[in-house]
Amino acid sequence: MIDYSAPDFWPILIQNVLQGLVQTLYMTGVALLVTIVIGLPLGILLVGTERRSFLERIGGSRGLSATINRILNFVVNLGRSVPFIILMIALIPFTRLVIGTFIGTTAAIVPLSVVAIPFFARMVEIAVREIDPGLIEAADSLGATRWQLVSKVLVPETAGALLLGLSTTVTSIINFSAMVGVVGGGGLGQVAYSYGYQRYSTAYIVVVIIVIFVIVMVVQILAGWAARRLAHRIPSTKSRTPLVAPPT
Amino acid sequence: MISLQHLHKTFSGASGAVRALDDVSIEVAERQIFGVVGQSGAGKSTLIRTVNLLERPDSGTVAVDGRDLLGLDAQGLRAARHDIGMVFQQFNLLQGRTARGNVELALEIAGVDRVERRRRAGEILDLVGLSSRADSYPAQLSGGQKQRVGIARALASNPKVLLSDEATSALDPETMRSILELIRTIRDELGLTVLLITHEMDVIKRICDSAALLESGRIVEQGRLADVITTPGSRLAADLFPLHDLPPDVSGTVVDITFSGGSADRPVIAQLARTHGFDVSILGAAIETIAGKQAGRTRLEIPGSGTAVDAAIADLRSQDLLVEVIHTPSRAAS
Repeated sequence: MIDYSAPDFWPILIQNVLQGLVQTLYMTGVALLVTIVIGLPLGILLVGTERRSFLERIGGSRGLSATINRILNFVVNLGRSVPFIILMIALIPFTRLVIGTFIGTTAAIVPLSVVAIPFFARMVEIAVREIDPGLIEAADSLGATRWQLVSKVLVPETAGALLLGLSTTVTSIINFSAMVGVVGGGGLGQVAYSYGYQRYSTAYIVVVIIVIFVIVMVVQILAGWAARRLAHRIPSTKSRTPLVAPPT
Repeated sequence: MISLQHLHKTFSGASGAVRALDDVSIEVAERQIFGVVGQSGAGKSTLIRTVNLLERPDSGTVAVDGRDLLGLDAQGLRAARHDIGMVFQQFNLLQGRTARGNVELALEIAGVDRVERRRRAGEILDLVGLSSRADSYPAQLSGGQKQRVGIARALASNPKVLLSDEATSALDPETMRSILELIRTIRDELGLTVLLITHEMDVIKRICDSAALLESGRIVEQGRLADVITTPGSRLAADLFPLHDLPPDVSGTVVDITFSGGSADRPVIAQLARTHGFDVSILGAAIETIAGKQAGRTRLEIPGSGTAVDAAIADLRSQDLLVEVIHTPSRAAS
């Protein structure tokens, strides 16, 4: 039981929460980077390798694209369906191979990335699927390579939707990072668990909830703002052409 | 410049196979504006997409500027596409790029360096009359302005051929005219060859030198407009001169007379009345500017039938007029 009236209760709480916050941001940040680097191409491949899509003949072979498509769909579905707590345990040998240990904040990045990649890949898939096929046709008519199509047309034109998908992914990584804390991964989850649950301090629970809520809000607001900036779909009133042409 | 030979294409849809192209052959000469007209579903879109192989035909040959496109590998085809610009009905502009940015996209894809991209984009936007809106995003532009960006993008890499896929169909009539004017101007200034598809006869009338009529994947008729309008029984000519159907109660002989070029201002009706003594009535008339020349078609009713009428028709024909007999009264009535 923690003594609320102890003179150093709040300073210690703040210190513990701050440490948890830094660990959470570290885990989430690195896992997010890994997720983008792997999940974005994965999502694009998921759409592109479908029949009559923009990568339907990888290396000139329709069969190769179809095979890649089936494999990726299988992997993504597998990753999405295994409960995180089980995934974390199942990944222990892999984590140990990559990081050297399976305990601690850095090691937690591995299962976090593995769970977030298929999640984000589906988000990317949805965004890219929404793109006007006319844009792909226009790029093809200009003689674009597949790389040019992806880098100059698909990604920039879906940037808004990708950002919104990314902010949902961040929220989900933060969510899972709390679970990592319960098994010794550090972060805000561990703070809430070891002080709030095991030592019955409601104050810790409340503070951790508020901090996580603020992080999620900030991420959502920033992503929404950036997505709107990127869309260029709403003309600003200043530069809109007048409906009636001025007399000449 | 564009040579399509014996193209076949069949799509297998949910409701069975659809024959989109059925032995289609088209020759478009250099600097010509060639229009393919047809109803929706006639196969126009498939046809124009075979020219840059956005759609691969099942069989046949596609040659642009003497180069057989079907024989090219992926890299060769991309290079060939730099020589074939295309504009679309829905413009297909990137929303995230300005007008200039959209034009520069074509140049980036073609591997042009930054300085030259900037210069060329400015030059081509100037040509399409859009320099003042270079920094506007598509959402800030009107339909006509968007299509000008589309044209500028298609022209950026200096193509020899321009393909227009219903480029004016999403535009109001006035904007349509200005875009068609622009296409003709760039054809004249840059020496382009233009292949366009449309469902509107008005487009054919306004800018095309030659036209083809496509129906259920087959070319029903094709030729230079100047020849088409003087071809008896031409479906294209009938569509070019929109005359109404015959009224049910005509009693005399009905003829369609087509005037073109020099004969357009001949006093035919007065002549029929004076020389042959007929009181002709005008059932309909259409005067059109086709392929840059005045042409017209008049539908006349000549009372009665028989040798006197035949003589009058022969007389008109001897003056180089196209005379088609649409209706002769039945024996019982005469």
